[in-house]
Amino acid sequence: MENLLITILLTSIPILLAGLGELVTEKSGVLNLGVEGMMLCGAVAALGSVLIFGNPYIGILFGAVAGILISTVFSFFTITLMTNQVATGLGLTIFATALTGLIGEPFVGKTAASLPKLEIIFLSDIPYLGKILFSNDILVYFAIFLIFFIHFGFQNTKIGIIIRAVGDNHDSAHSIGYSVKLVRWISTSFGGMCAGMGGAYIPLALTPHWSEGMTAGKGWIALALVVFASWMPIRLLIGALIFGGITILQFVAQARGWDVPSQFLNMLPYLTTILALALISFKLRNNNYAPACLGKHFLGNK
Amino acid sequence: MIEFTPRKIQSSFWAILSPIISIAITIFIGSLIFKMLSYPVMESLYQVFVSPFSRPDRIADIFVKACPLIIIGLGLIFCFKANIWNIGAEGQFIFGTLCAGSFALLFPETKTYTLLFSMFIIGFIGGAIWSSIPAILKVRLNVNEILVSLMLVYVAMLFIDFIVRGPLRDPMSFGFPLSKVYPDGAIISKVDFPFIGFLGQFHYGIFIILILCPLIGFFINKTLPGFQIKILGSSIRASEFAGFNKNKITFYVLLVSGGLSGVAGVIEVSANMGRLQPEVSFGYGFTAIIVAFLGRLNPYGVVIAGIIIATAKLGADNAQMVLGIPKVVTGIFEGMLLFFLLAGETIQKYKISIRKEN
Repeated sequence: MENLLITILLTSIPILLAGLGELVTEKSGVLNLGVEGMMLCGAVAALGSVLIFGNPYIGILFGAVAGILISTVFSFFTITLMTNQVATGLGLTIFATALTGLIGEPFVGKTAASLPKLEIIFLSDIPYLGKILFSNDILVYFAIFLIFFIHFGFQNTKIGIIIRAVGDNHDSAHSIGYSVKLVRWISTSFGGMCAGMGGAYIPLALTPHWSEGMTAGKGWIALALVVFASWMPIRLLIGALIFGGITILQFVAQARGWDVPSQFLNMLPYLTTILALALISFKLRNNNYAPACLGKHFLGNK
Repeated sequence: MIEFTPRKIQSSFWAILSPIISIAITIFIGSLIFKMLSYPVMESLYQVFVSPFSRPDRIADIFVKACPLIIIGLGLIFCFKANIWNIGAEGQFIFGTLCAGSFALLFPETKTYTLLFSMFIIGFIGGAIWSSIPAILKVRLNVNEILVSLMLVYVAMLFIDFIVRGPLRDPMSFGFPLSKVYPDGAIISKVDFPFIGFLGQFHYGIFIILILCPLIGFFINKTLPGFQIKILGSSIRASEFAGFNKNKITFYVLLVSGGLSGVAGVIEVSANMGRLQPEVSFGYGFTAIIVAFLGRLNPYGVVIAGIIIATAKLGADNAQMVLGIPKVVTGIFEGMLLFFLLAGETIQKYKISIRKEN
């Protein structure tokens, strides 16, 4: 049971990290549909750097930097050149899937070192909870820290409120004197960093070898999760854990020998995403939490 | 400081020029990539863009490769014109193929033309069923169609995998996940050109484009529903003032687009594979998005764009065989091409000037 809960938590981390980043990006009014591509970039950069340097922490760093770099391509086109955000995000995923396939080819068949578990003294000795919550690797702690960081950041800090202002009404934010485009560039880069780290977590902790398109739709699920969480970081955690649980269900089913074809079990995360989106849209029919300027261009010369 | 001023009338000069410039920039950056990966640049470009034209049968194969791209792309025109983002054409392609293929395998005795004709209808309905899921959710609950249509791609892939490994697996396939071969009546035959004979894999299915393309061009440009689609896409407010039914348009554009993807799948599999297998599409549904954009959402443009992209795809196969360049490179080209095309749209919509800071 303990192991099961730990596995669920670990499985949810990539989606959680990528989702948190995308949440910040979207709060600033930018819809980046390239999460899947950015995660792949993070994954391949992490894996490659670990194979070269041998240190998994360097993998996190490279994953984050790769995520930022690829997100600047998106920022340049959508924010500076004002291209359509949906199509550009899609292009980013197509581009990054191919690029990582090319870069990752030499890594096929090689195994990367995993992130070590860090036990927090005293806390990790608590029965049950200690093992589940306090003897994990650094990115788990970071992801949980990030939830609260983003939550309080948006509520209580000036930067958080500026980002929200830019996302909710860019004309007003501009007239007070904030640089809408700069805020959006930074928020999108933050999203890229988180997606890169989320992607990096897959080879560093879950499956330590490269396969083309190894994120298998996790980036898209992260995007759906942001909508499902109504742009609230803490709800994002709940959503990510549900998805972790559903993903793990297929392994449980296999272990228990349930007589369900594996393809149907593999479908569950995608079907659940659709169901979750439908339910949340039904519940929030009249109350939309989406940032008001999500996906809209800002001309910047008024 | 770069300044963007909206143009009153969209520049038609840039509308034609921007796809050409986009292709040129993509080729330029592409050759830099070849150089970086230390492949011979001119030779690589020759293989990718010219070698598919080097023999008559290769030219014929360009059309074979372009056929599914063009048909899906023609369907996507409806969605993208209405500003509905159907990015799950891949799933609709697979599900349409699966429905039509199952029918052919279950009723192999049907008369030749009846069978093929029913397969087209069933393929269309199958694709439309798959796209009706995001359509209904969008119309009823305002669920994001992008995510739903994309999730359904994964579901369709797993579903066809289950079918060809389970219920429809050929007992004689030695454990390979393949269905039985289609009955003769379900196969689209190759074209036997007078005096020339067969040219590559050129098949009769390709001729459907000759019907579809003008038909869709007429529908979009000359009919009221086509006009409503365009207005919905360019301004929701204008469309509301005119009293157009937004939900109805959204629903039908998704249905038509899904249906045409299904038809594309039927043709592709009946003409080239002749049986169901786990992989019936090779990313056609995603590539078709780029085809639709490169063709500037114009039916005739889509045909040209489909041929260009198909050429590059076949060229990439040649480049892999001759020079060992990995095939994924085409994806990098496609992504870049889409970026530049979109940037071209900005130039078309806005006048760009550089203003000095005071």
